[in-house]
Amino acid sequence: MERMPKWADVILTPLISLVLAFAISALVILAIGESPAEALKVMVQGALGSSYGWGFTLYYTTNFVFTGLAVMVAYHAGLFNIGGEGQAAMGGLGVALVVLALPWPHWALALPAAAMGAALFGALWALVPAWLQARRGSHIVITTIMFNFIAAAALNYMLVNVLRPVGSMDPASARFPEAAHLPKLSEMALGLGVEWGRNTPANVTFFLAIAACLLVWLLIWRTRLGYEIRAFGKSEPAALYAGISPVRITVLAMLVSGALAGLMAVNNVMGEAERLVLNAVEGAGFIGIAVALMGRNHPLGVLLAALLFGFLYQGGGELALWTSIPRELIVVIQALVILFTGALDNMVRMPLERLFAALRRKGA
Amino acid sequence: MTATPAPAIELRGISKAFGPVQANRDIDLVVPRGTIHGIIGENGAGKSTLMSILYGFYRPDAGEILVGGKPVAIADSQAAIRAGIGMVFQHFKLVQNFTVLENVVLGAEDGRLLRPSLSRARGELKRLAAEYGLQVDPDALVEELSVGHQQRVEILKALYRRADILILDEPTGVLTPAEADHLFRILRGLKDEGKTIILITHKLREIMEITDNVSVMRRGEMVASVRTAETGPAELAELMVGRKVLLRVDKPPARPGAPVLEVRGLRMVDAEGVERLRGIDLEIRAGEILGIAGVAGNGQTQLLEILGGFPEAGARLQGEIRLGGRPLPLQGPGADGRARRRAGIGHVPEDRQAEGLIMDFTAWENIAFGYHHAPEFQRGPLMDNAAIRADAMGKIQRFDIRPPNPDLAAKSFSGGNQQKIVVAREVERNPELLLIGQPTRGVDIGAIEFIHKRIVALRDAGRAVLLVSVELDEIMALSDRILVMFDGHIMGERLPAEATTGDLGCLMAGVEPARADAGGGAG
Ligand SMILES: Nc1ncnc2c1ncn2[C@@H]1O[C@H](COP(=O)(O)OP(=O)(O)OP(=O)(O)O)[C@@H](O)[C@H]1O
Ligand SMILES: [Mg+2]
Repeated sequence: MERMPKWADVILTPLISLVLAFAISALVILAIGESPAEALKVMVQGALGSSYGWGFTLYYTTNFVFTGLAVMVAYHAGLFNIGGEGQAAMGGLGVALVVLALPWPHWALALPAAAMGAALFGALWALVPAWLQARRGSHIVITTIMFNFIAAAALNYMLVNVLRPVGSMDPASARFPEAAHLPKLSEMALGLGVEWGRNTPANVTFFLAIAACLLVWLLIWRTRLGYEIRAFGKSEPAALYAGISPVRITVLAMLVSGALAGLMAVNNVMGEAERLVLNAVEGAGFIGIAVALMGRNHPLGVLLAALLFGFLYQGGGELALWTSIPRELIVVIQALVILFTGALDNMVRMPLERLFAALRRKGA
Repeated sequence: MTATPAPAIELRGISKAFGPVQANRDIDLVVPRGTIHGIIGENGAGKSTLMSILYGFYRPDAGEILVGGKPVAIADSQAAIRAGIGMVFQHFKLVQNFTVLENVVLGAEDGRLLRPSLSRARGELKRLAAEYGLQVDPDALVEELSVGHQQRVEILKALYRRADILILDEPTGVLTPAEADHLFRILRGLKDEGKTIILITHKLREIMEITDNVSVMRRGEMVASVRTAETGPAELAELMVGRKVLLRVDKPPARPGAPVLEVRGLRMVDAEGVERLRGIDLEIRAGEILGIAGVAGNGQTQLLEILGGFPEAGARLQGEIRLGGRPLPLQGPGADGRARRRAGIGHVPEDRQAEGLIMDFTAWENIAFGYHHAPEFQRGPLMDNAAIRADAMGKIQRFDIRPPNPDLAAKSFSGGNQQKIVVAREVERNPELLLIGQPTRGVDIGAIEFIHKRIVALRDAGRAVLLVSVELDEIMALSDRILVMFDGHIMGERLPAEATTGDLGCLMAGVEPARADAGGGAG
């Protein structure tokens, strides 16, 4: 069929999907006897109306950027990595092991080491499903889901039996030493003499996330590996013809993907909780799928979509706090956004394409 | 079948642009009822676009369509079907794991339930099959049918929807000669029943054989419409290309040098345990084109894939391959496409859309495909996209790839221009050995002439060429020596000068002609 202009494809379509999702959410809120306008106000106020709100929104955004990039890289290789959840959880383990292993003198030294630990553990957790897919044809969707469960169980074991400080009742690691605490964005702002986002979890990892977007863009569109990943993702027979090894690409793409998901732990484990707790990932791995979908598998799109979901998360939390709208409804709203921007994408796209075709005929 | 005054189809002033590309410009066309109408033209001339407009796949920017004398608006393919127009695409649109019957009914169900349609369709299918010689087993799965039979299913689909006008876009490109013959018998039968047929093809022989009238397109315009009886191949070729075309390959005699490729006792058993190659021995010398003739599916594909470094998964291989005297591994990491390229083997694969190109990549990205490791395309850890684009621009110009826009996705080029992208990429690397499968499938005469010239030039530069083609004419015209493959082995060897079509045809069918001293290459 005829294509529509690029801007309509990348901006208009998700925007309309979003409006539709919000419209239906509004109906649901009306149905339970609350005011949608009020709800929207609370969400916008709570997430974007103050530096405090932003401090949380950007924190969530950072998480989603990493998991979104993870899904995106795998997607370009034609692989559907649903294992972001488990890879991020294992990334947390990597962070905790690295930070607790040495008496780090300064966060600037601890950060790269912890990031490497996070990436390594995330990558290794993706390696097994990748290898199983490449060598044995076990479907990566199934194996990565299974590995989410295994990661949860493994983490449970590690926290209860290995990392838990003697005498503690809490299934959590010891607190990270003061010197290894990452600077919060609020502290950095204060350093510049600006009062911004006091007591919010957004931290220096946010910049790491931006850098990751840039690096992933370079990787996918500017390096040979990225070229091979994209080629393989589009056509396996053609990749074979060109001498691109499916095993190699599957494994490498999943390693990068897992490493990105793992890196999320730098934000939530090292930057926020400052120790490893159970269930630290809180579904961010799955949100990453929606983020990648909505972001059209482009880092810039991923960044914007992550921001949207960061807003939904923070705004949703506020909604539960300040209105009698139940928390479950927030999950419904988030699900609607995922549904419309992801699964029902074509529902919006097709009429739009037809509209543009009609407009073009008129114009001609 | 008395002459009806209103033509089956009349197009008036049809225009269609894709961005800057004017694919159709002010096209007029009249197709009388009950005739077979040929449409020819160079790659990218706009034939498929015009037919897609007629079938409601694209909307024209301007112009009018009349069916049976009445103006109609064809908004989509549903409307086209209502107007009695059916289309058989070059790339079939069948559901592979449905049966023939289910495919025929799909989208034309009577109501919500499939059952009544199915039993009704079964009867109808039987009638159509008997009437037009379109025999296919209604309960066979489409994926198990040969290409020729799949095409029959496409035709049946159209007829089942009561199409009066049938459009076939390059229907013979994928058929064996015997299948093509059968198709033509079917088409004649349809014509005798009063159906109107529009046939797009690059093969002038087919135009001369079966059409009543022929229209010629060039660069988006309709340049001539003539009665087939009043023209000839040379005139048509000239009309198409806008200059005189050599329908024969003009090549000096070969001066073969040292052996470049030696294959000894090559055997292959595929994953299902079927022996696809049963001991192939062959040799190609520098400055020589070795043609492999044969009906598709007799092991040529496997031979090319093994030499190119990507035998199908699970295959077991045996034998020996030497390039320039050095043995090449048959399988394993040192035997992939990249290693083969590094060893000096270029490869134009038989299936350009599935293998030779990434259809979603731009032309410039495709022109580096397989050679993306080349040092001149790197800049530090990154790819030197500027260098690749510059290289692509040069190839696009030298090969006259149209439109000359390196940023267009491969899928937006016409079939012939896609092929030129692949040929340009492989030939210009000046490989020791060029493997080339179906080099001119779906390619127009002007481009065929060009591609043939380039192959001969490569040979004259002292390179070895292994040519696989199901087109006997092409094999006879290009090859310095001909091997005929049948059922996984080499039936015989001939020199083009002494070979006759009948002789080769016999070998291709697995019959040893009455000639005791048949070829030296038999294995
Ligand atoms: N969807 C599209 N988007 C952009 N350009 C297109 C599209 N389809 C066709 N074109 C361009 O329109 C022109 C006509 O293409 P068309 O496919 O009709 O040629 P054709 O005569 O069928 O060629 P061939 O013999 O190679 O199949 C070409 O230049 C082609 O690149
Ligand atoms: Mg065409």
